[in-house]
Amino acid sequence: MQLEQMYQEIILDHYRNPHRHGLREPFDAESFQVNPTCGDEVTLRVRLVGSGTEATVADVSYAGQGCSISQAATSVLTDLVVDRPLREALDKQAAFTELMEGRGQVEPDEDVLEDGVAFAGVAKYPMRVKCALLGWMAFRDAVSRVVDEVGAS
Amino acid sequence: MTVEPPGVRGADTAQTGAGTAPAPLDVAALRADFPILRRTVRDERPLVYLDSGATSQRPTQVLDAERSFLENSNAAVHRGAHQLAEEATDAYEGARAKIARFVGVATNEIVFTKNATEGVNLVAYAMSNAATSGPEAERFRIGPGDEIVVSEMEHHANLVPWQQLCRRTGATLRWFGVTDEGRLDLSELDSLINERTRVVAVTHQSNVLGTVNPLESIVERAHRVGAFVVLDACQSVPHGPVDFAAAGVDFAVFSGHKMLGPSGIGVLYGRHELLRAMPPFLTGGSMIELVHIDHSTFAEPPQRFEAGVPMTSQVVGLGAAVDYLSVVGMERIAAHEHQLVERALRELSAVEGVRIIGPESTENRGGAVSFVIDGVHPHDASQVMDDQGVEVRVGHHCAWPLHRRMGVPATIRASFYLYNQLDEVTALVDAVREAQRFFAVTPTAG
Repeated sequence: MQLEQMYQEIILDHYRNPHRHGLREPFDAESFQVNPTCGDEVTLRVRLVGSGTEATVADVSYAGQGCSISQAATSVLTDLVVDRPLREALDKQAAFTELMEGRGQVEPDEDVLEDGVAFAGVAKYPMRVKCALLGWMAFRDAVSRVVDEVGAS
Repeated sequence: MTVEPPGVRGADTAQTGAGTAPAPLDVAALRADFPILRRTVRDERPLVYLDSGATSQRPTQVLDAERSFLENSNAAVHRGAHQLAEEATDAYEGARAKIARFVGVATNEIVFTKNATEGVNLVAYAMSNAATSGPEAERFRIGPGDEIVVSEMEHHANLVPWQQLCRRTGATLRWFGVTDEGRLDLSELDSLINERTRVVAVTHQSNVLGTVNPLESIVERAHRVGAFVVLDACQSVPHGPVDFAAAGVDFAVFSGHKMLGPSGIGVLYGRHELLRAMPPFLTGGSMIELVHIDHSTFAEPPQRFEAGVPMTSQVVGLGAAVDYLSVVGMERIAAHEHQLVERALRELSAVEGVRIIGPESTENRGGAVSFVIDGVHPHDASQVMDDQGVEVRVGHHCAWPLHRRMGVPATIRASFYLYNQLDEVTALVDAVREAQRFFAVTPTAG
């Protein structure tokens, strides 16, 4: 059944026990993103150490309300980018976005996306893609507010 | 063009005598008119379509009417003198007359728009335009010190245009609250609608709560202070008998696609006396009387409000939808939906962890039932329900302030129509239990 492909146990685990949840200080930029079709929202903060794209992601903290997909995707995001070079984090953001927009045709690279590969099944449900990308869009937007070379999308 | 009567394949379409309860619908026969209801979804599940509040499905009779018009009589209406132009114009104006009768008003009080949203915007922009129009538009002028009253349960379509009108003109927006039960709070009626009020814009039936609002006291109070009443009838006209003239409202809007008709067609009703004095919103071809190089005068309504070549096959299709609904009978449709809602409220309330958002009684209540499931986000619930073939709407249903008022970010909404069967309520409840099971929030079984 496709439903189990979508709601992988990894996703449900992250939903029930989200990693790095809550809003923390200090932070360099904050982004608020909303999914206007369902009202789900996320506020996400980024803390960078170092300058420009050579920086390292020191912390990502977040709060909001949303479905299991949006909450779990944001939790996975923090695992993938915290304590990593910003450049690598942005590569992961691009890879995750490509996976989600691929309508189930993109083969995810587990070395890059780790737990993020669990979202491959969600990509088959176009109406839910925005849920999975909400936190990632907030991450990109927050980084773009700090690093001039990074665009908002 | 002739339209095959509904449910001809063995339907009992007996009309009822006065004073008797309406004869029940032969839903199985009616369903045969709706080709889409025969399809399956997600791994061959029978389709349980419970989202008619968002858009309804169309019977063959409506699809045939559109196709027949396009195959035989298509032309730009109100232009040219050839035979097709004549036939197309007759079909277009004939549909207007039918639609007007359906809601109890005169033919020249019906304006076609692209949807109900455009109808509300038409009135709101006409009021802005009144500032630069002649003395006949005086009664539509609005500015600082004037007030517009809406309600907390409005669809964004009957809220945002009024917010924007206030921003453009300096008028003040005020609103009726909603009680915990999901009824309009009319306790402040006399202070909320006062000498400063120019417009009272309310919904006839909430698209989320199902609440049917008491128009009489609102209309009476609004007219006493000289305010216009603008009625959002999108959720009432498709589901029961509605007579705008008897209700005494000044303007009303509804949309074709929620009443078995095509999308891309909405209807604005305006009292003729008001339409005659109201300045236009969109301008251009068809809506003029005389055009000079530096100024123009405008046609009488309804043409004044229908700039450009209008939707035509859509209007013809909506005319066929009105025929279909009329033959089935709006009283019977309302009675049928009442049964569905009664069962849905009873059975959903019996599920532990399910909370109805809106009145739990069927009194003054229409065919939308919204609810939340403890521990399961509506989006997640609908995914599991969809997997069972049960198609419901989730989110804020374009009524974000209402959801904030009710203290929930989103709800699950089942909405019914004439083609829904009682066993589809059972499918709905089963799907809700499946969502609880899937996300392991089943209260007792754990």
